[in-house]
Amino acid sequence: METIISCGKVVLVLGVLLGVVAYVVLVERRVAAAIQNRIGPNRVGWQGLLQPLADVVKLVMKEDIVPNPADRFVHDLAPIISIVIAMTTFAVVPFGDHIALFGRDIKLQIADVNIGILFILALTSVGVYGITLSGWSSNNKYSLLGGMRSSAQMISYELAMGLSVIGVVMIAGSLQLDRIVAAQEGWRWNIVLQPLGFVTFVVAAFAETNRLPFDLPEAEPELVGGYHTEYSGLKFGLFFLAEYANMVTSSAIITTLYLGGWQLPFVHAFGFSPIVVSLLQVGAFCLKVALLILFFIVIRWTIPRFRYDQLMNLGWKVMLPVSLLNVFLTGIVLLAS
Amino acid sequence: MSSEHHLPIIHAKDLSIWDKIYIPQIVHGLFLTLSQVFRPKFTRQYPEERWDPPASFRGRPVLVEEKGVERCVACGLCARVCPALAIEVQGSETELWKERYPVKFEINMLRCIFCGFCEEVCPEEAIVMSNEYELTFTHQEDAVFGKEKLLTSAQTLAPRLEYLRKNR
Repeated sequence: METIISCGKVVLVLGVLLGVVAYVVLVERRVAAAIQNRIGPNRVGWQGLLQPLADVVKLVMKEDIVPNPADRFVHDLAPIISIVIAMTTFAVVPFGDHIALFGRDIKLQIADVNIGILFILALTSVGVYGITLSGWSSNNKYSLLGGMRSSAQMISYELAMGLSVIGVVMIAGSLQLDRIVAAQEGWRWNIVLQPLGFVTFVVAAFAETNRLPFDLPEAEPELVGGYHTEYSGLKFGLFFLAEYANMVTSSAIITTLYLGGWQLPFVHAFGFSPIVVSLLQVGAFCLKVALLILFFIVIRWTIPRFRYDQLMNLGWKVMLPVSLLNVFLTGIVLLAS
Repeated sequence: MSSEHHLPIIHAKDLSIWDKIYIPQIVHGLFLTLSQVFRPKFTRQYPEERWDPPASFRGRPVLVEEKGVERCVACGLCARVCPALAIEVQGSETELWKERYPVKFEINMLRCIFCGFCEEVCPEEAIVMSNEYELTFTHQEDAVFGKEKLLTSAQTLAPRLEYLRKNR
């Protein structure tokens, strides 16, 4: 029975994640259009809601072109790595508190591993492989440059990310994500307790997902398509989806670590039944993730791109010292109290 | 290079502490971007809202029809001046006062570049650039417009004829 429940959770989360990722693409196009004084796609289905379907059908029907001198196996493997990592990271994110269904207390988290946040950091490191391998296997100097730049960028910002997380772990006293969320009761969201850590983590998350202002590896005027130049059809679709899935996952992780996860202050004061409370908490989680995704999107259309040396400068000379400072300050405050 | 010209050396302004953190400027940028969301949109929803060109617009060339007959006298000047060689005229006799008429007048719309030279050179004001810009074909043969597709009444073309009168 436990396996059935786990499978149910996996199916639910995967389904919702894939659906959300497809629609985030549409949301991005419409929000971008709104910012640019125009209407986005609104022809395919009411208000453009069938646009993701049209995009998927288009990508599936395109010819899969692989350059002759490219390493075929690696070329096929790279987008698979990207998308698998992007989706697997969601396995440890708690999207709600317990819910009592079918006579059992079901934890709303797919896998409660006891290394928690370390699992996510490890997976994002493996995610670098997807981009590096695609850059290398395309046998194209621009792709190689894009892939190398991207992997260097991601590795540099992973340090800042890990160090920011240490602050959160120090406060919660555990690496496990459900305990980190449980520690953020009431007003104690980590964004209040760790503002510096929040800023460094968000900036590092932007850099990890290759999202503007850190999207030099895939910027068109710079590198044609960067690491995904030589990809077409469904493989390109997978890279594209992996980027948005990474965005959704990063939003979910930021929510879990800093914005209180599924915590909804004052929900217990109304005296709702436990199922309603659980559903409200899941709703709160989804709302916070949605707002963060909107933030990701709006920032993309607001800030100019960082030049590569400015980017590396920022990562090593600013983010790393600031996150170390954050750990230091958190330690002092914790010892003092 | 003369050594007397000393160009002033301009140093980049040092950033203030607020500028160095970037974040206040980012927030300012976000206000700017988000305020654009509430301004009017410029998109024209095409097939439902069409654009009505002004009189000065050079649309597809058409033959002017007055009192049921074309003004064209088949002089062949438009065919001769057309840079894209899109016009083909074949003249013949007629009992009307003008004595000549085009028995065959064809414009290949796939060659036409909408330059308006034919309209400029015509001595009879018989061919003008209308305000139509919507042309689609499924076969190449459909693109060669004969007299039936080209004849339009002078009334429909009044704005263009008025514009030409004022600005010739």
